[in-house]
Formats: sequence, structure tokens, C-alpha cells
Amino acid sequence: MADQKASTSIEAVESGLAAQGYIASRQIATAVYLSQQIEKPILVEGPAGVGKTELAKAIAAWRGMKMIRLQCYEGLDEAKALYEWKYAKQLLYTQILKDKLGEVLGGAQTLHAALDQLHDFGDVFFSKEFVEPRPLLQALEQPGGCVLLIDEIDKSDAEFESLLLEILSDFQVTIPELGTVSAITPPTVILTSNSERDLGDALKRRCLHLHIGFPEQRLEERIVESRVPGISQTLRRQMVGFIHEIRSLDLKKLPSVSETIDWARVLVLLQATELDTDIVKDTLNVLLKYEADIEAASPQVTTFIAKAARSNVFG
Amino acid sequence: MRENLHRFFRAARGVGVHVSPAESIDAMRAVAKVGISDRAVLRDALLLTLAKSQDEKLALGDCFDLFFSQPEPRQDQPEAANDDAAQGEDQPPSSGSAREAGEAQPPEGLGPLAQMLLSQDRNAIAAAIASASGAASLSDIRYSTQRGIFSSRILDAMGLQRLRDDLDELTATNPALAERLRAALDALREAVRDTVSQGLALYAREEAENLRNEILRNAPLARIERRQVAEMHALIRQIARRLRERYSKPRKRQRRGHLDVRRTLRRNAAWGGVPFLTAWKRKHRERPKIVAICDVSGSVAQVSDFFLLLIHSLHEVVDDVRSFAFSSHLIEVSEILEKNSPEEAMAEIMSKVGFGSSDYGSSLVDFEKDFMSTLTPRTTVIMLGDARSNNLDPRADILRRISERSKRLVWLNPEGRLAWGFGDSEMPRYATFCTVVRQCATAQQLERAVSDIVATYQ
Repeated sequence: MADQKASTSIEAVESGLAAQGYIASRQIATAVYLSQQIEKPILVEGPAGVGKTELAKAIAAWRGMKMIRLQCYEGLDEAKALYEWKYAKQLLYTQILKDKLGEVLGGAQTLHAALDQLHDFGDVFFSKEFVEPRPLLQALEQPGGCVLLIDEIDKSDAEFESLLLEILSDFQVTIPELGTVSAITPPTVILTSNSERDLGDALKRRCLHLHIGFPEQRLEERIVESRVPGISQTLRRQMVGFIHEIRSLDLKKLPSVSETIDWARVLVLLQATELDTDIVKDTLNVLLKYEADIEAASPQVTTFIAKAARSNVFG
Repeated sequence: MRENLHRFFRAARGVGVHVSPAESIDAMRAVAKVGISDRAVLRDALLLTLAKSQDEKLALGDCFDLFFSQPEPRQDQPEAANDDAAQGEDQPPSSGSAREAGEAQPPEGLGPLAQMLLSQDRNAIAAAIASASGAASLSDIRYSTQRGIFSSRILDAMGLQRLRDDLDELTATNPALAERLRAALDALREAVRDTVSQGLALYAREEAENLRNEILRNAPLARIERRQVAEMHALIRQIARRLRERYSKPRKRQRRGHLDVRRTLRRNAAWGGVPFLTAWKRKHRERPKIVAICDVSGSVAQVSDFFLLLIHSLHEVVDDVRSFAFSSHLIEVSEILEKNSPEEAMAEIMSKVGFGSSDYGSSLVDFEKDFMSTLTPRTTVIMLGDARSNNLDPRADILRRISERSKRLVWLNPEGRLAWGFGDSEMPRYATFCTVVRQCATAQQLERAVSDIVATYQ
């Protein structure tokens, strides 16, 4: 019975994401479903442009939640990611309240008594009002839950990874002056990485590990269909077939899904009805981002178009 | 199912996927959520929770396919079947007689195993094999030489003894049936042998790999066999990964010491120069710069090959590596190594400078003439060679100048200390100018040597 529910729910995830224009493979849908069920973050790895960031956006749109995005970079620290004290505000308030303080402490005869009275007011200046919440703290404070996207975690320093551990496993952060802040509703956390460096085992252990590679031909056709509705079926087949041929080459940067979509848009704009050598050569710079790659690919264009057309007939 | 999952985790560890207790708990929870009816979903769920990199996913996927291709019956009835079989094993005579009394089937007086075989109940046989291999603790199998003993243990646990008696009896009373039973027994033996082989593939890989690696680490690099070269490359990559992990961590930031006045003022400009935030002076630590000069003649070539491979896979740790290879004359090979795969690179280097008789003197002259400017006071120079110069002028004076210009000069010699200075070995003359001279004949020594070189910069 539970099994029945599980597979239908996975399909529900798939169709929910599809409604937002994100065509998810079975693995992706399973990962999203599981992360909801056992409340674990998803670590998404894969080449650039296969829709890692897009996945988080689609989940947020599907569930009608706010998306909070934290873009990682070298030198990112807790003051920018977690919280910061509003120093200027604290300073300003002490200046404004100077007179008031005098009144409050007026009754005290000795320095000791004045101190005691001050203690009674507690840590006024280190309270919630003076905390500037940064993305991570914001995510915990959303009453309805949210999707927290920690983008390109591999770009950040190793120290920052350790900072994330508390949030990822318990959905809480500890601020020394205030105590522990727990999430009102545990956010859905998506981390993305381009595998620029190896992430620590501690971080990986806390996440579901999802690898998104280049999609299969059928899936990619569906993605193009959903993203660029104006394109004809024949052209779609041909161009996706062509891109799959290109990916078999030994290139510096292989074209990924985002390039496929861009190219499809370009072809629609140019009002192409099917691929031919001229139009491909003219628009190859949309697909390939290095001069050397374009040079390597252009002699093959004609053969690839022929191959794509042939597979079109049989497929 | 839980038992099966636990065995699967063990098998996963066998293929090199680290499954910690926490991860196995996650996997259990995930499986509880997705259920086990859909194998594809189960596979996805396990891959998501257990594997933490693309390589691990591939390995674990293969392991999953192998593991669940075991002859196991559908999930809803194994409990019952197992119990049945287990009882049968525990007291074959009584259970046999009970059956005899209760059912009185045509093959009378036979043990449970014989009945099972004759009735051709595949599910029951598969279940019996599975539970018997559990009883024989097949998951403890480590070496391929243990295959026989595990097979016989499993057969014993299934009640082979009783079956033999039955066979003897039948041969006298019912030869046709005995013939059928004998054929079925042969098939059973085969099935058990397959199960054991599969168990070996699943559970013993880790142990066997460890053993092989241990041997490989201590084998002299120069005399490695052709078939081991690929394994050695894998081992070198592993070593490189370990060194990277150890040394590429960002060094600790200085939080104390001298106040950096300029940076503190700049940082606090917003508050009228009131120093809320302090900045401290940091010690600047440098990353290693390495110049490697390798002898690629004859017996040293293999060692140089592995050494160059190792040095060039340390990108995150080492800032800058330039490599030179020589036998009778010297060329720079950094680019060849960066651009090609290890095998191709080595072939190209060998075709350019290999196969000559080594001449340290003229190679050092080449180096001084063209590349002396690559040396800075931050550079570590690594010479790798046996210092056998065929009685030609060793030009130790050039080595002295190299040593003076660089931070350190390390000589790695594949030969043992005893051989230094004998025959045409010029090691003692060169050693005077080296910061360190060490033997470097095995992968382990190679790792230590490189680790020490990198560590001096930390």
C-alpha cells in the first residue's frame, strides 16, 4: 500500500514540476520526493547548464513557496550568509538614548548600584532588533517554509561548509548572544555544485546526492518542447539529435540543456524549418563557447546533420 | 528485507562506497518511504542516499544489479519459505518423517531436499540456497580459494547428507527416480557454485583489493610487470588524491599577533574610525614551486613515469610544476604531460629523449644553458635518477649552482643506499650539494618523498 502511494507521489512530483516547465527525469523526481519525506537537503552535482538552479526555482514555484538564494563565492563568511549585528544602529541608539540612560541611572548612588540597574535591563543592544538576518537565517524564519538554494557551494571556502553543517542536519543556527534559532518550518534545501573541488564528507553525508547529467534524447526533446513551444516537431528532433552528436566530440565545453534551449529559440527566430549546413554554421556560436571548439566541430557539421536526419527517420 | 539491506550495505562497502551507520539509517528510512515493489525506484533511492559521487554511483549501481540478480524469490513469501527450509535443516529426519506421515507422496521416505529437488520447485530451492548461504555466513568469504569450502558448507546446511542416503536407497529400489535425483543434484551443485562466485564478487572485493594494493605499494616500481601498470596508475591517482586532501586545505587564518593598522582603519571608516572590527597581520604562506628533473633512461624510466604522473596530478597543492626529462640530453616535458593521457605522454617523452645511455653531465649543461632562470628562491628542485653517468664527467659544479639558486634540492634515487658510489654511480659526489637524498623505489617511498617535499611549505 505504501508502495502504491510512493510511486504515485513520485509521479505527482514529476507532473508538478512539469507544470512549471521543468521536465524532471525519474531520478530527479525521486530525489525531490525523498528529500521531502525524510527531510534532507539535496546536493545536486553536474555540468553547468543542465538545470540545477532551475530545479530549485521549479520546486519553489510548484509549491508556491518563496525561494531564498545564497550565491556562494570565495570569501563568503557568516556575516554575509547567516546574520550580522547592525553596528550603526546600535551606535545610533546609544547616542539617542544617552539622556534616557542618565534618567534611568539617576537614582543610583554608587557606580556599583548603577551597574546593577543596568544589568536589570538585560542585553538591550544584543537583541533580535539589532540582528540583520542574511539568507540562511531568513530561510529559517519563514513561517510557511521556503526553498533555500545554496548555489555553487564548491566556490566557497572549506570553513563555510562547516558553518552549513548545523543548518543542514538540524535546521537551526546558534547565535552566541541570542541562543539557538530553529526553523519554524524546515525549508527545502538545494545545494548545487559544479564539482570544482571535492566537498567534505561531512557535508555530503548530510545530503541526498543527485547527479544530473546530460538528458537522454527523448527527455531533452520534451524539455525543448516545454520551453520553446513554437518549434516544429521535425526541427526539434533534428536539433536534439545534432546536439547529441556534438556531445560525442572531445570538446572543452560540451553544450548543455541551456544551450539547447537557446539554440532552439534562435532557430525559431530565424524561422528555420529544418537544419541545413549554412544555418548550423552561422549559429554554432550559440552552442559552443570556445573558438577552438567551433573549429573542431565545424568540419563535422554536415555528417552530423545527416546522422541526425537518419535517426529521425528510424526513431 | 532489512536483513537483505544490511547485506547490501556490506556489499556496497566491498565495492568501495563508504556507507556509514548514519547513511545506512537514511537509506533504511528512504526505502521505508518508497517501498520495495518498484526496483527502479528502489535503485534510485539507494543511489541517492548511499553514493556521494558519480564514481560511487556507477560502482553502486553495478553492485545493486549484481546483488539483486541473486536467485531470490518474490518478496512476499520468502519468510515462510525460509522458515520452512530452516526447519528442514535443523531436524531433517523428524521433518522428513512428518511429511511422510502427513502427505505420503509418491517418492516416499525421502528427505526434504530430495523432495524439493524432485518437485522442481524453483522458488523453494532458491530460497533454501539463500537461507543456507546465510547459515554458512557466505558474506564472510574473502579469497577465491575459499570457494570450495563455502560450497560444501552451503550444501551441508541444505541437508546433503540426508540426500545421499536417499540416493543410495533409491538406487536399489527405484533406479529411474535415482537418476532424476542425481541430475537434479548436479544442477543444485552448479547453482550453489554460482551463488558462491557471486558472493565472492560481492563481498570479497574490498579485501582482495586491499591486499593487492598493499603488495603493489611495496613492489619495486622499476620491475613492475606490464599488466600491473594500469593498476599502478590507479594507485598513483589514489596517492595523489590523498596528498591533495591533506595539503590543499586552506591554511588557518591568523586571528592574533600584530594589529594591521591600515586595514583596521579602512574597515572601520564607516564608524568614524572607531575600531569595531580589527584586522590582524597575516603570515603569508607560499605554495610549493617544483622543478623536476628526471632521468628516463633504461631502468629508471618506469620510476620517473610514475613520479611525473604523481607530481602533475597535484594541481591544487602545488602552484607551479615544470618537468624536464633527460637521458643523454635534456628537454622540457611539462606541456606533453599536461596535454596527454599518462600513457601517451610517456610514449612521446620516450621517443624524444629515451633510449639513450644516460649522461648526467651534458644534461646538466643543457639545463643550465636554457632553464636556469626557472629557479627561484622558492623552488624545490627534485632530481630523480640513479646517478649512473657511464663514467662521463658528472659536472657536479652545475648541481652546486642549482642548489644555491633554489630553496631545496632533493635527490630521489631508485637504487638502494648500498649501491651508491659503486661502479659508475656518482651519487656521493652529487649528494654533497643535495639538501636530502633518499631512496625511492616503491610507491610507498614515492608517496613519503613527495609528501615531505610538500609539507615543508605548510
